[in-house]
Order: sequence, then C-alpha cells, then structure tokens
Amino acid sequence: MIEVKNVNFTYPTGVEALKGVSLSIRNGEFLAIMGQNGAGKTTLVKQFNGLLKPTKGEVLVDGVSTRDISVARLARKVGFVFQNPDHQLFSETVEEEIAFALRNFGFKESTLKKRVTWALNLLDLTEYRKTSPFMLSGGERKRVALASVLAWNPKVVILDEPTIGQDHRQKEILRQFIVQLNAQGKTVVIVTHDVEFVAECSPRVVLMAQGQIVADGDAKRILTDPDVALQASIVPPQITQIFLGLTDLGLPTDVIDVSEATKALLEYLEGGNC
Amino acid sequence: MLIIETKNLTYTYPGGIKPSIRDVSLTIEKGEFVILTGPSGCGKTTLCRCFNGLIPHFYAGQLEGELTVAGLQVKEHPIYEMAQRVGLVFQNPENQLFALTVEKDVAFGLENLGTPREEIRKRVDWALQMTGIEELGERAPHELSGGQQQRVAIACVLAMQPDIMVFDEPTSFLDPLGAQKIFEVINELNKKLGVTVILVEHRLDLASKYADHVIIMDEGRIVLNGKPKEIFDSETARLIGVGIPKATQLWQILRENGIKLERVPTSSEEAVRLLREVLKA
Amino acid sequence: MSVLEGFRFRHVSSPIHRRDPRVKFLYVLVSFIAAIMFNELPLLLVLFFLPTPFVLLAGVQRQWLRSLRGAMFLASFLFVFNLIFGFLSPENIPKTMSPPEYAFAMSLRFLDLVESFSIFFLTTSPDHLSLALEQSRVPYEFTFAFTTAVRFVPVLAEEAQTIMDAQKARGLELEKGNFMKRVRNYIPILIPLIVSSIRRSLELAEAMESRGWGASKKRTNLYALKMRRGDWVLAIVSLLFLVTVIYVRLYVPVPTFTMLLPH
Repeated sequence: MIEVKNVNFTYPTGVEALKGVSLSIRNGEFLAIMGQNGAGKTTLVKQFNGLLKPTKGEVLVDGVSTRDISVARLARKVGFVFQNPDHQLFSETVEEEIAFALRNFGFKESTLKKRVTWALNLLDLTEYRKTSPFMLSGGERKRVALASVLAWNPKVVILDEPTIGQDHRQKEILRQFIVQLNAQGKTVVIVTHDVEFVAECSPRVVLMAQGQIVADGDAKRILTDPDVALQASIVPPQITQIFLGLTDLGLPTDVIDVSEATKALLEYLEGGNC
Repeated sequence: MLIIETKNLTYTYPGGIKPSIRDVSLTIEKGEFVILTGPSGCGKTTLCRCFNGLIPHFYAGQLEGELTVAGLQVKEHPIYEMAQRVGLVFQNPENQLFALTVEKDVAFGLENLGTPREEIRKRVDWALQMTGIEELGERAPHELSGGQQQRVAIACVLAMQPDIMVFDEPTSFLDPLGAQKIFEVINELNKKLGVTVILVEHRLDLASKYADHVIIMDEGRIVLNGKPKEIFDSETARLIGVGIPKATQLWQILRENGIKLERVPTSSEEAVRLLREVLKA
Repeated sequence: MSVLEGFRFRHVSSPIHRRDPRVKFLYVLVSFIAAIMFNELPLLLVLFFLPTPFVLLAGVQRQWLRSLRGAMFLASFLFVFNLIFGFLSPENIPKTMSPPEYAFAMSLRFLDLVESFSIFFLTTSPDHLSLALEQSRVPYEFTFAFTTAVRFVPVLAEEAQTIMDAQKARGLELEKGNFMKRVRNYIPILIPLIVSSIRRSLELAEAMESRGWGASKKRTNLYALKMRRGDWVLAIVSLLFLVTVIYVRLYVPVPTFTMLLPH
C-alpha cells in the first residue's frame, strides 16, 4: 500500500530529518510510529500524503510515486488528521466543516449530504450539526476534525499525536475507536509518544530516533527491550519498568499490561520459588 | 500552616449556563505538593485561575464563596499583587514567552515590579540555575525545544520568588522523557526551596510519586481529597475515569488474588521494592 | 518578498551593528531630511553612495542590494509616472532640470529613503531596537507590542505553513481556478490563522497578568544601553551632516546635470 524506499529528507533550513528510511505498510495494517519529539515521526508521515517529498529516494502509494501526483489527489486515498484541530476549523457550522473536503474532492451534493450525516453519527456529533465549530470544547473540536477526514472514506488514516491533552477516559474511547476503524479494514497509522496507549492496543511499532528507524515489529517485543528504549530515549510502560527491575529474580521481562503481570507473578509464587 | 483556604467557592464564566466550579472547599498546607486532577471540563483549570486572581479580576463573572491565598483575600487584591505570592505556569510553553531572549523573559516579572537592575540580574541567574538552563540565557525562545521552553516559563515565574506555584498541565505538549524532566524540576522547587506546588496533571503514572496530597474533581466539585495512596485505591477514582497509575492497578489486582503488598505503590520503583519483599519471602 | 528580505536581521556583529540604535536612528533621520531637501540629481546621487562605507563595514552588502532590487519595481513606476508628468505639465517641475532628469531624481530620492531605513534595520537586531525603544520616552505598551509582534513572526509563519498543509490534506488546491476562486481559497487559511492568533493573545494576556503586569508605574530594565565612544562619534557626524545639508541648501547653488550639459 505504502512503500518508503531509502528516503532522505532535509528541510530547507538545513535540518536533516530523515536519513535513509525504508518501510512497507500493507493494506489494513495498524501501525504506531513512535519516538521522542524531533525523531522524525511527523516528517515521515507527511511523506505518505505528499505534503513533503523526499530529497533522496522515493515514496510509493499504491504503486504511484508521490512525486508524480498532487497532494489533493493523494489525500483522497490518504487521510491525515493533524494534531491541532484549530489548524483546520474555519467553517460556520460543523456540517460545512465536514463537507469541505467532500466538495474539494468533487462529491455530488446528494452523496455529500449522506456522507456528512454518516460522519456526524460516527463521531457522536449529530446534535452539533448546525453549531459553529468554534463554540465546541477542545475534545469536541478534535472529533469534528476526525469526522471531516473520515467523511471521504480514505483507505489510509493517519493520526498525528491523537492523545495529546486528552484525559484517561477520552483516550479509552479513542483507543476503541481506532481499533474499530482498523477492524473495518482501514490502514491506520498513529504517530505518538504515548507508550501506555500503544501498550494497550498493541499495533505494529516502528520506533524512530534521530531520523532513522531503530526498531520495527511487535509492540510488546519493542517496548520491553531496554536497549532499544535507551537508544530511542523512550520510557517503557510502567508495568515493564517494574519487571525490568525484577529480572534478577528470574521473572519474564516481556510484560506490558496488568493482567499479564498478575499472571506472571502468580505463576512465580506458585512455582515454589518462595 | 495553611497557605490556601477556600470555602464554598463557586464561579460561573460570563455567559456560562452553569458554574464551572461549585462549592469548592479545600485547604492546602505550606510546602505541600498537591496534584489536582479529574476528567476534562471538571473545573481544575478554572480553580487554578482563582488562586492567582485571574478569576475574578481578569475574567469578570460571579465568584462566590471565600478564597484566601498566602494570607490575602483574592477578591480584594489586584492580580499584580497576587502575582508576587502565587505564580502560574500554563500549558502551552510558546504562548508564555514574549521577549526576544530567555533572560529578558525571565526578567519580565521583576521589571514589572520595579526591581533594581542588580537584583534583577541576580534573580535571573538564580532562576536559570534552579531550572537547569543557565546556558540558554541569550537564546531566542523560538529556537528552543518544548521542554526547554517550559523550563524557561518556570524560571520566569520562579524569579519572582512566589510562595506558591501552580502548574496547569505543563507537560501536555511534551514527550514522556521531557515530562519527567519537568516533574523533577518542579519537585526540586518543592523539596529544596519549600515552594508550595499545585500541579494539574493527567499523567499520574509519572507525577504521582512526588505528591503528598491529591485532589480529584468532577463536574465542578471536589470528589476526593486526601493522601495519594488512599485516593488511587478508591473505587470512585476508577469510576470517574482518572488514569490511575498501572503500579497501583497491579497492587489492586494482586490484592484480589490474595497477595498483599506492604503499601500502595504509585510508581514503578516503589512497586519493585514492595514486590521484592513478597517474592523473596 | 525581497523588499522584506532587506529589512530582516541576521545574527552578525560589526562596529555598525554595535552602535546604539538611537544614534543610528538619528543618522537615518538626517539622511531622510537630506534626501527630502534636495531634488538635484547630482546631490541625490552623492546621498545614494554615501552609506556605502557603512554597508561594507557592516558586511551586509548582499541583503542591502536585495532590498534595493525589491524597491526597483516601485522606483521604476515612479520614474515613468514622473516622466509623463514632467512632459505633460513642464511648468510644474523645476526649471533647472529636464523632465527625464526630474523623473530620475524623484525615483532616486525614493531609493535613497528606502536605502537609509534598510541599512538601519539590517544592522539593528530586534532586541537592540526594542531596548532602544524601552529607554526612550516611548510608552512601554507600544514597545511591548512591537517586541511581541517581532517575536511571534516566525511562529506565525510556521503556523501558516501548518494550516496550509492541513487544508491541502483535505483536498484544497491553492493554485487552481480563476482569480476570484484563488482569493476564496485563502479563506480556509486565514480564518484558522486569525482564530489562533486571537487565542494566542488571550493566553499571552493571562501570562502577562500572572507575572505582575501593571504592578509599578516605574518599570526597570535588565539591560541598559550605554553610549560609547563610537556612538558619540556617529552622533557628532550626524549633526555635522545635518548642518552641512542645511548650509548647502540655503547658500550653495546646486547644479543639475541639465545645467551642466552644453545646450
């Protein structure tokens, strides 16, 4: 679906943000791109919808190079939800906001209306149909931004730091929503530094540090590896930290959630090690 | 010794349909490290703005009830007077820095007070040192990372040497490592300088180990108020949807399975220590 | 945007950069007055080349040339306009010069003005400038507004880029369509930018209040601008310059090229 082939990217200011990055994303995958702030995560995902073009190497979306197609046409396939919804919202009503992209893509008015209603429903925003987006709370504005991207049904959905500023409950709802999106067949890519969030949904993890990919694979394997964590300057999930502190007792270290942890501890105690 | 006391504090923003905070009564002792948390919209940000006088002086609206901070009745003192006793650090580091160099920003508050130049110089250097950013003095705020900017913001407030510092979700825009560093700085201010700290946070897994007092709000009211260990163990906390540290959750489930740890852990280091005792036994 | 390029500051130091902005401004003011006092082309040419040693000493030749190049558009427009004006109503232009010389003189005067201000901004950092404003009698509110605006220029520029990216990612094509459509295409960029600026102002106001804004009528300052020897030299030079200009205007008959050329 998306192929990144040995991509280098340097910003006009001279900052080398990507150094020889290669990555393949299959249709329907669920992927988390992780790393410290400044590691290159957002620079990488902006290559997927053509906002940035590689300085060296190339990026193929469905076999077509991002250099050969406009951002608007790529956007039809690759939806990008930006971190700050206030960088997108400008319409008089939520309805208009959601219809914006649909109009840009040339949807017929009849289809457009149906899509808007569907998106409002999906994100629980129907009551705000005729409300001004600026009147809504922070969390609600985030939902409007998300709805406005999902409305045109892109095959790939990229979410840039979706958990920032969210409380625990909002993150739970978001997590379930993302998992559901993926279950419906969409390719979902989240850019995040929230380790606990990733530990709970267990996607494929691509870990970046200083413009390069330092690890790519199973979430559990990567998040419980202390050397990798050091290299990428990330903080492992709290449960993992606990088990990493108990390795000398012979406990497993690839534990990231509470129920696994309980099982491991109970087994240890019953195994007559006390 | 009490440094903050409120009785039945209630406030509605102008044009608001219902109060953002209702009947808030609490006391905070001098030198405490308080964590204030709760779901979005619970009123914690509103409460912070009451502490330094932004409410009612900047935000108009009706403030009912009593509020005494550092010995002053907030309703009767302008913000610039409160600012010398209570500092407020906001969520977005970029929008708190308005000067062209870090030093000038840190000096801003003292310049406003009419402090003599030599004293400003001393305090600026001291504040930069306390927040670990001495080498950034002549840099422009825009060139700094989010974590560095937030440390500058803290230095700006610290330079005025307030008795109380309130932090409103200071790590929202930072990654976990950056957040940890900020919490360490805040903890230093509390333990070394005796500054009373009120920290509004969602990231309890990283912050709760520093706190001696936790207040949880929901829908404008205080729902839980007490020591961290009791609060995080309570069922109410879980129902409200507060992000209880995983270490505490582990403790709860182990307890249900018949394994009892000596104390309630809120951090991974504590959990490791407590588990060792049980596993070795 | 090359006119603006000439006005941007770079992190460089030189004897000119280090001069007190207040004195530099005095010099600029005198150059300004000089340019306005004369419409004789030979003198305007002298004024044009006069700052050259300063430019070279400060090492800002490239940016200075760029700002002049940017001003060329308006200067050529002025030339054409004055040329036509000179031919159509010759009784309104000074009898000492031909219409082409007059047109040249007017456009050169414009360039002289642009040039003096450009050099000022090229050799004065915004911090230095705001410090100078603070120490003069300008009310602090204005200085603060100026400094804050300059401080947030890069932030706004970045934000505008992010907003453009966000809307492009929703299918907005800025380059397409006729003139009207293209203007309308900028609405989804301007509105978020304006709204975000308003939000930012509110946050800034909160931060200012929380750090004691308005606490004392007598604000003090971390830094102090001190006049050094080089500054006194430049100040005296500027005053002598002004005196010379006034003397020449009043007592010296200044020739024009038209007068000098044989008829």
